[in-house]
Amino acid sequence: MESLAQLGQYLGAGLACIGMAGAAMGVGNVAGNYLAGALRNPSAAASQTATLFIGMAFAEALGIFSFLVALLLLFAV
Amino acid sequence: MRGSEVATETATEHAAEGGLAFHPMDQFLVRPLFGGSEIHWYTPTNVTLWMALTVLAIVLLLVVGSRGRAIVPSRAQSVAELTFGMVHKMLEDITGKEGLKYFPYVMTLFCFIVFANFLGLIPMSFSTTSHIAVTAVLALMVFLGVTILGFVKNGTHFLNLFWVSSAPLPLRPVLAVIEVISYFVRPVSHSIRLAGNVMAGHAVIKVFAGFAAIAAIAPVSILAITAMYGLEVLVALIQAYVFTILTCVYLKDALHPGH
Repeated sequence: MESLAQLGQYLGAGLACIGMAGAAMGVGNVAGNYLAGALRNPSAAASQTATLFIGMAFAEALGIFSFLVALLLLFAV
Repeated sequence: MRGSEVATETATEHAAEGGLAFHPMDQFLVRPLFGGSEIHWYTPTNVTLWMALTVLAIVLLLVVGSRGRAIVPSRAQSVAELTFGMVHKMLEDITGKEGLKYFPYVMTLFCFIVFANFLGLIPMSFSTTSHIAVTAVLALMVFLGVTILGFVKNGTHFLNLFWVSSAPLPLRPVLAVIEVISYFVRPVSHSIRLAGNVMAGHAVIKVFAGFAAIAAIAPVSILAITAMYGLEVLVALIQAYVFTILTCVYLKDALHPGH
C-alpha cells in the first residue's frame, strides 16, 4: 500500500512539471509583446521595463507554484 | 531540522542508491556551525554565518566604500551611488513623491536580497534566500506593513481596493471576491518566487555537478554548469529587483487605493 502511495507521489510531482509549460508560455508572451512594442516605438521602451519585469514576475509566479506543489508532494505528504 | 551527522548519512545513502554522487538538495541543509546536531533558536548555524556575511558586505559597500564622499567617486563609491540611485528612482517612479518616506526600508530589502543572492553563488556557500522561512518573513513584513499603512492612511477608504468602481455593478461582487483572494495570495507568491527561483537554480547546478562525475558526459555537464551559473548571476539580480519593485507596487496600492 505504501509503495502505491509513493507511486502516486512521484507521478503527481512529475505531472506538476506540466505547470512549467504554462509559465513558459506566459513569460514568453510578455517578453515577445514587449519586444514587438519596443521595436515599433523604441523611445517609449525604456519607461516600460519596470512593467515588463512586473508582468514577468506575475506570469512566473504560477509556474513557481507548480514547482512548490511538486516539492510538497515529494517531501511534505 | 537535521544535524550534520544525519546530513552526511543521507548523502552516503543517496550515493549507495546508485543515483547522483550527492543529493542536489543537500546544499540547503541547516547545520550548526560548531558541531553538535541539535538546533535551538540561539544556535549559530550556517544560515547565521551567511546572513552576517551579507550584512557585513552591505556595510563594506555602503558605509566603508563611500566613506571618502569624493566628488569624483572611487569604484566602490560609484557602485554604492548607482545602487542608491536605482532604488530611489524605482520607488519614485512607482509610488510618487509621498512614497519616498519609505525609501530606507525598500533600500534595505533590495540590498539584503541582492547580497544574499550573490553570496549564495560562491561555491560551497549557503544561500539564505533559498529558504522559504527567510523570504516568507521578508514578504510577510511587507504585507503586514503595507496593509496597516493602507488602513492608517486611508481608513475604510482602503477597502475600495477590492471594490472595482470602474466595472459594471453586477460584476463588482464577483471581482471583489477575486481581488480579496489575490490580495491574500500576495505574500505567498512574493516569498515563494524568490525562494523558488534561487532554490531551483542552485539545485539544477548541483544536478549537473552530479552528472560531471560520469566521465562520458563530464564535458557537456561542465559546459551546462557554466551556462547555468551565468543564468543564475542574472536571476540573482533580477529576482532582487522584482522583489523590490513588487514591494513598491504594493506600497503604491496602500497609498493610493482605488483603481
